[in-house]
Amino acid sequence: MAAPRDYPEKPGWFRLLPLVWLAAAAGAGFFLPRFYLYLASLILVAGLLATSLNLVLGHGGMYQFHHAVFYGIGAYAYALLTTRAGWPAAAAWAAAPCVAAVLALVMGLITVQLSKLYFGMLQISLGSLVWAIVYRWYSFTGGDDGIHGVPVPAALASSAGAYYFVLAVTAVSLALLFLVSSSPFGRIFQGIRDNPERCAAVGIDVRRHQLLGQVIAGFFAGVAGVLFVTVEGSVFPELLFWTLSLEIIIMCLLGGWYTFFGPLLGAAIIVVLRTFVGIYTEYWTLVLGVVLMLLIYFLPDGVLGVVRRRPSSAGGRSGEEC
Amino acid sequence: MLRVEKLAKSFAGFPAVGGADLEVRPGEVVAVIGPNGAGKTTLFNLIAGQLVPDAGRVVFQGEDIAGLPAHLVCRRGLARSYQVVQIFSRLTVFENVQLAVLARRRQGAVLWRPAAGLAREETRAILEAVGLEKLQGRLSGTLSHGDQKVLEMAIALGSRPRLLILDEPTAGMSPEETARTLQLLQELNRQGLTILFCEHDMAMVFAIADRIMVMHQGKTVIQGTPAEVRGDRRVQEAYLGAAEPC
Repeated sequence: MAAPRDYPEKPGWFRLLPLVWLAAAAGAGFFLPRFYLYLASLILVAGLLATSLNLVLGHGGMYQFHHAVFYGIGAYAYALLTTRAGWPAAAAWAAAPCVAAVLALVMGLITVQLSKLYFGMLQISLGSLVWAIVYRWYSFTGGDDGIHGVPVPAALASSAGAYYFVLAVTAVSLALLFLVSSSPFGRIFQGIRDNPERCAAVGIDVRRHQLLGQVIAGFFAGVAGVLFVTVEGSVFPELLFWTLSLEIIIMCLLGGWYTFFGPLLGAAIIVVLRTFVGIYTEYWTLVLGVVLMLLIYFLPDGVLGVVRRRPSSAGGRSGEEC
Repeated sequence: MLRVEKLAKSFAGFPAVGGADLEVRPGEVVAVIGPNGAGKTTLFNLIAGQLVPDAGRVVFQGEDIAGLPAHLVCRRGLARSYQVVQIFSRLTVFENVQLAVLARRRQGAVLWRPAAGLAREETRAILEAVGLEKLQGRLSGTLSHGDQKVLEMAIALGSRPRLLILDEPTAGMSPEETARTLQLLQELNRQGLTILFCEHDMAMVFAIADRIMVMHQGKTVIQGTPAEVRGDRRVQEAYLGAAEPC
């Protein structure tokens, strides 16, 4: 059944590419200097965060305007459980993404009742409410100071230890997210993105499906949040401020939100840009703005979207075979 | 199988449908005809759950489904296609139909198995039945309008309905595509599928409909056999000036 496809069939070795990347990333840990290991860890964390956002944004077509709140809550949950409740790191590690998922469930129960832009606006409002609580509740969350010196197991305290831990968890998380996005759940999510009304007409409970998507995306954002604390050792309210949400949306757009690995690439570009342009000027967002404008004009499908060149409008390239 | 009684729906005070009655018996092909703006599409939207009626009943297999959300109506065995193409434009033709099959099998919450390997046989059978098998790898958004209309129907068949509702299935199709669609509908009906459709192509209506319901200004004028409808004076008045049916 070799049917013509509108986008090129990937060759067999293409499937091995992520493994090659993983091996390269693992090997890099041996010779990269400390700073670059730290930078690579941040890229992986941001990449996982952006990929979890893209599950609902690019695949599900939801206006996920405040994804950072689940990331921040995951990070805070870990920090609070270890410092205030005295939980062992491993237990806090397992619990924190679940806290993020529960928040996603609670917020989702309210927000998925609305569609499109209204969904996004309500999510920003509720997310900002959560941010305000974290920002103001000095006695519990440390307010705008955040929490510093969050205990991390000794094995992960070194740059290399943290890097390998982040690499392993990110790889497993991305593999799971990949499975989810190619599962029937993911396929139907894409259907909802393209045409929610038709999805309902073929028997799909659109809101429940979107709610499940929220929970899964929230969980993995929480994983990214805990990874961040592992690398950084501290949490602060900016982790769940809405500007960070905007930044990860830009990562998805930049890398290509109709592709799976696009957001990871976008995250790498942004983190590198922020780090190196940030050395020369505090107005690094100015450069980001220019990059973004060029992107919108010349690469509307993002970097990976262009590489794959998957036509979205009329006039496909494969021959008419009637 | 389906009984619609005194169904009504207004938009901002304008009665789009106001007093529609309709009966579809098992195994029948029933056509709804009427001038543009008669409320045919609104009627279908009310039956299939896209709209909530202001008043009236929609009894499907003994149960009043008026106001039930669309996905629950579909799960009871009533699938529809749309006049304006409603497909999943970034998915391939195969994936479009497969999605409906997966939804019917209630596999929407399956997270760890690749969708690509599921429901292949059934999807392929539907594509072959409607004649889209050669286009199955194409992105559906890049198909010609006629092929998209066929895909419309194929998606509805993926729900394996007991009652299939088609909103102008051949609108915009070439004469050959129309003939093929006519043949397909007759074949599906022979296999026991009950069909309710609306259409402007009178030749097609009189060719396959067992009974015809005529709508005018949101109301049912008459429902009867093609001969009864053809001979009815009110129908001729409703179509005032328009070519006499057939």
